[in-house]
Amino acid sequence: MGILINLIGVLLIAFIIWWFWLYKKQSEATVEGSSLDIIVDSGVYKPSVIHAKAGEEITLRFIRKDSNPCSEKVLFNDLDISADLPFETPYEMTFTPDKKGEFEFTCQMAMYRGKLIVE
Amino acid sequence: MNNKSTSYKRLYVSDISCASCVNTIETALKSLPGVDEVEVNFADRTVNVSGNAAEDVLIKAIAGSGYTACLVEDNTQDSDKENQELAHYKELLKKTIVAGVISLIIIAVTMLDLLPDLTTFKGQFSWGIVSLLSLFVLVYSGGRFFTGALKSFKNHNANMDTLIAIGTGVAWVYSTFVVIFPDSVSEIARHVYFDTATLIIAFINLGSALEMRARGKTSEAIKRLIGLQPKTARVLRDAQEVDIPIDQVLLDEVIRVRPGEKIPVDGELTEGSSHVDESMLTGEPIPVSKKVGDQIVGGSVNKSGSFLFKATHIGKDTALSQIIEMVRKAQNTKPEIGRLADKVSSIFVPTVMIIAVLTMFVWFNFGPDPKLTYILVTTVAVLIIACPCALGLATPISVMVGVGKAAEYGVLIRKGDALQKAGQLTTVVLDKTGTITEGKPVVTALEPSDGSSEEKLLRIAASVEINSEHPLAEAVVEASKEKNIELSTIESFEAISGHGVKAIYQQKTVLLGNRKLMQDNDVNIGELGGRSEELSKLGQTVIFVSLDGQPLGLIGISDPIKTDSKEAIQRLQEIGIKVVMLTGDNRATAQTVASLVGVDDFIAEVLPQDKADEITKLQEKGEKVAMVGDGINDAPALAGADVGFAIGTGTDVAIESADITLMRGSLHGVADAVAISKATLRNIKENLIGAFGYNTLAIPIAAGILYPFTGILLSPIIAGAAMALSSVTVVTNANRLRWFKP
Repeated sequence: MGILINLIGVLLIAFIIWWFWLYKKQSEATVEGSSLDIIVDSGVYKPSVIHAKAGEEITLRFIRKDSNPCSEKVLFNDLDISADLPFETPYEMTFTPDKKGEFEFTCQMAMYRGKLIVE
Repeated sequence: MNNKSTSYKRLYVSDISCASCVNTIETALKSLPGVDEVEVNFADRTVNVSGNAAEDVLIKAIAGSGYTACLVEDNTQDSDKENQELAHYKELLKKTIVAGVISLIIIAVTMLDLLPDLTTFKGQFSWGIVSLLSLFVLVYSGGRFFTGALKSFKNHNANMDTLIAIGTGVAWVYSTFVVIFPDSVSEIARHVYFDTATLIIAFINLGSALEMRARGKTSEAIKRLIGLQPKTARVLRDAQEVDIPIDQVLLDEVIRVRPGEKIPVDGELTEGSSHVDESMLTGEPIPVSKKVGDQIVGGSVNKSGSFLFKATHIGKDTALSQIIEMVRKAQNTKPEIGRLADKVSSIFVPTVMIIAVLTMFVWFNFGPDPKLTYILVTTVAVLIIACPCALGLATPISVMVGVGKAAEYGVLIRKGDALQKAGQLTTVVLDKTGTITEGKPVVTALEPSDGSSEEKLLRIAASVEINSEHPLAEAVVEASKEKNIELSTIESFEAISGHGVKAIYQQKTVLLGNRKLMQDNDVNIGELGGRSEELSKLGQTVIFVSLDGQPLGLIGISDPIKTDSKEAIQRLQEIGIKVVMLTGDNRATAQTVASLVGVDDFIAEVLPQDKADEITKLQEKGEKVAMVGDGINDAPALAGADVGFAIGTGTDVAIESADITLMRGSLHGVADAVAISKATLRNIKENLIGAFGYNTLAIPIAAGILYPFTGILLSPIIAGAAMALSSVTVVTNANRLRWFKP
């Protein structure tokens, strides 16, 4: 009995590591037709990985459905872009990513996380 | 970047005069791609357009049909946000009260032993009701934690909600299990934790509400700036003065401002004169005198006279709007110091979950009986006490307050990084002209050579200098105007960077510049040399003038030192910062100014293009260098410095090359910026140390690390209260910065 419970514990830890860290399948999307909707809700951006082409203007349309104050800001720290997202009102952020690379975007506390991949 | 928060746009069309205009405009707009609906309001001359067409396209289309339109700014957003926040706050309080009251009832019946024993049917029934009551609390007051946790889980994500949901969920499920199957656990383990679950929910809701309240205060600086803008303006339309909403003021419209009123938009004074209090924008405490032709800034207060002015910037283009936008943007940026906390928070929650499992492990294998009770208490405490919020909030919340505080003193910080670096400076390099001095040089000496005259010297010099944009040139031209000297046209003009100018005047070569220029062109300045040294020692800049290789005389120009420069430099020195002056002037002039203002060192005879190199040289010596300049001539030096300060003149808000813009011309702004940055940095460190310290101490204690030595276990209820308090503490500590005085 004791061994079984310990085993369950080990499996539980393995599961946490796998589910939250190793499991890589994220919701991905490419900005097509220059605009993309991003839902901000329950701790995640959906989609959280966004592909865009360098030098092309894109519009990210953030729709915040989470009333938690943590979710009210979105920051692209490396791109020097930030915005206050109104609750349940779409917010359009239009810009042209010039450099290629991966740019993280997060909420103010970096709990919400997403990535903009400029190719 | 162009941000549009809604797809609705409101335009003001000033010249709608008849019902047929309505049709014309409607048709013009509806034919555009990206326009869904158009609604023209004849009464207030506005047009509401929905769709995703850009505002400039709409304005052009309206112009195409013969009308003038401008965008009406949406001022409702901020008050909307405030209302939303207030509603959310009230809801959190309501949830806290419900959870709190039910918790107290449960605690009362438990402590007074009012309910029968669990092993009896009556007991099971009564405790069943308690279980349902607490389930109600979990759903009503804590429902968002559960839905949030579930949704994040599905997305392979974990956050605060996950910890709270697991913690309180486990407590409730275990307790309900004990109620239904009391015999499945040993008698000493037969204990229920409904009050724990409900009280934790109450505490966390209360914590969120308090945090929200405190957070609201962190953006007070922005609210104060927004509040500076008056709601209406008194414009002159059809020879009548009418009060209209500020968002309907058009460019070039003439506006009346009476004593005591706020100035609605930016403009140029056209009639009358007054004193204007710009302190809320620039931090400059003394009202500034304004006469015809002077620039006035929206948001400042007219103190004395009544005047008219022409609107030159409206809506988003006013200095005030730009300040608000810049402060808002800067408040959202994160300095380097916060990056570690970001990394930690990204792995925080799953790590805490693993620690919780390990806690179970240890208590299961090595703990005393009743194991189940100990496991439950410690695991729930670990899950609940961990607070990623405090960690995540530590940096951004202080930056919010710090950047806002700086704005109050007329110091506009562009990025959080500048805030951090400004707090670590060791050397401040000050450009002389326009930074230490007024930047408005005046001619103070005219010394003609033998055979020349003051009039001739000034006429030739001014005829040449009128072609130059150099501040010294302006002084020469200004002096000729005062003496009513008529100027002649010159045949050619060539600027020799850092040395002077060369021109052809009535077929003769005129050289105008420093001693080096004369030497390079073999002009023998003779006794002028001695006189020049005397003037230089008085702090005057000397310009030699020669005509066809013969000296014509010299002109002494001095630029008065700002009255508070010396004091501000002293303030910087008092906090251990070395102050260096940088100037293109010769050594003697530089020496005089340097000793008058008391800088530690000076670098003279620096060509404009070499300023950046001087900064690099200092950096190579290991100094953290700030450069303070006007942001135009010294842009490369500002960009090269660790922190570039641009001294603004009230309306130049966004000086691109600078990290920090000083709205007020005074050097006190630099000292203020450094003091506020240091205070903010200290505040961030306190928060980070507090948050890291709290989590690293609290989690092991919750896991029961003290138990083997003291027999003490942390109640999950205390854990809930501590967690709620920790993020409130971080926000409250950041709010302390609001009272800081540099």
